[in-house]
Amino acid sequence: MKKYDLSDKYKAIVIGGSAGSFQGVVKILSNIPENFKLPIIMCLHRLKHVRNGFVEALSIKSVKPVHEPFDKESIKRGRVYLAPANYHLHIELGHTFALSTDRLENNSRPAIDITLETAAYVYKEKLIGILLSGANRDGAKGMKRIKDRGGMTIIQDPSTCMIDTMPTAAKNLTEIDYSLDVDEIINFLKQLDSQYK
Amino acid sequence: MQEIEIANLRKLTEVVKATYNYDFTNYAMSSFKRRISRVLDLFNFQSVDALIAKVESDPKFFETFVQEITVNVTEMFRDPSFWRLLREDIVPNLLLNHSSINIWHAGCSSGEEVYSMCMLLNEMGILDKSKIIATDLDKGILEKARSGRYKLKNMELHEKNYIRFQGTHSIKDYYTIKGDEIQMNPELVRNVSWREHDLVNGPVFNKFDLVLCRNVMIYFNQNLQNEVLKKIHESMFKYGYLAIGSKESLIWCEIANKFIVVNNEEKIYKKIKE
Repeated sequence: MKKYDLSDKYKAIVIGGSAGSFQGVVKILSNIPENFKLPIIMCLHRLKHVRNGFVEALSIKSVKPVHEPFDKESIKRGRVYLAPANYHLHIELGHTFALSTDRLENNSRPAIDITLETAAYVYKEKLIGILLSGANRDGAKGMKRIKDRGGMTIIQDPSTCMIDTMPTAAKNLTEIDYSLDVDEIINFLKQLDSQYK
Repeated sequence: MQEIEIANLRKLTEVVKATYNYDFTNYAMSSFKRRISRVLDLFNFQSVDALIAKVESDPKFFETFVQEITVNVTEMFRDPSFWRLLREDIVPNLLLNHSSINIWHAGCSSGEEVYSMCMLLNEMGILDKSKIIATDLDKGILEKARSGRYKLKNMELHEKNYIRFQGTHSIKDYYTIKGDEIQMNPELVRNVSWREHDLVNGPVFNKFDLVLCRNVMIYFNQNLQNEVLKKIHESMFKYGYLAIGSKESLIWCEIANKFIVVNNEEKIYKKIKE
């Protein structure tokens, strides 16, 4: 089993994913410890005009309910959040969410770069970014920002991705701490959680 | 995109306030910062200080700046289920007690929702029983809205929304194509009055039966949301309706108890107390 350089300094986890990431996300959410302590903030590419169904589909197997935050809602420990359809999800100082309907970025709304970059600004070195399978380059700049601010960067091992454009783009842009398959990501999260008493 | 110091943003908002009396102090920081970054990139400013100097000395550029900072990207019939609810429930309810209805689009931006509303009213046969006021802070965007010209390539999305709204016409009936743009039929907005108005510092100027302010307050911090909601509340008749964006919420505003939720999915509220 791999060993990771872990501590209890981390305050949040952000996960980005696009084409081919759904299965991985479901597997992660159904295998994390039931009382996983950090907030998990997910920005996944999704159909813009379909508001309902996605969060429900993710929740079915998840050990925790998945919640689409409202504008200005506070980020709480141990909760799992998903960027709502057709909004960008920003993290604000003071650990709240803010939504915007700004133009598409990387052809996407929600755009992973926005969630990752604003989270990196707020959480600095206390953030872990995980980028999964995907067919475009969204998230690469966000991962770079996380690394530049001292946070930890993890990509889904490109050889295990259905489409590896997204994690590969991140790897080409910035230093990646760990390249892991989905099972290893789950194991990583379990080891991370055990750091918190 | 460069990372911007909060202190520099404060300097910028102070200069803007002192020079032009526009107040961005209580805008939501993350999206405001992102928009400033975009302005820096777009116009090749090397620093926020350079932008401040330009804004301070060039009123013409300031207009462009306001446009970049406040533009609200929207769609015709965004959230078709919301528009269906308006047609099937909210507007019929208003018509029970009113011979005409007063509608306010607060922060109408480039006007897509105003045209959507007029199509809806037209298809209900009550366009001429409606008085609509559409306001925005930004003169330029208001002019664009009034002109009714949109990019042809965006119409595909609008049409998809219109079909999900289950309109009784074809959306194509409402516009003509001119090159890579479309021209909305100006007759459609014959009862719309377009006005420059600042939701933050502007006066309460009228009373309305229905206010649409969807995905506008998300750009404000909670303090400002509170203040703006008070103004909107003052601008509404008792038992009037307020519609906000599907992921906005009023529950943490001081005067939330003066409204009841009519539909939580579509975020439609009714004013029940003065």
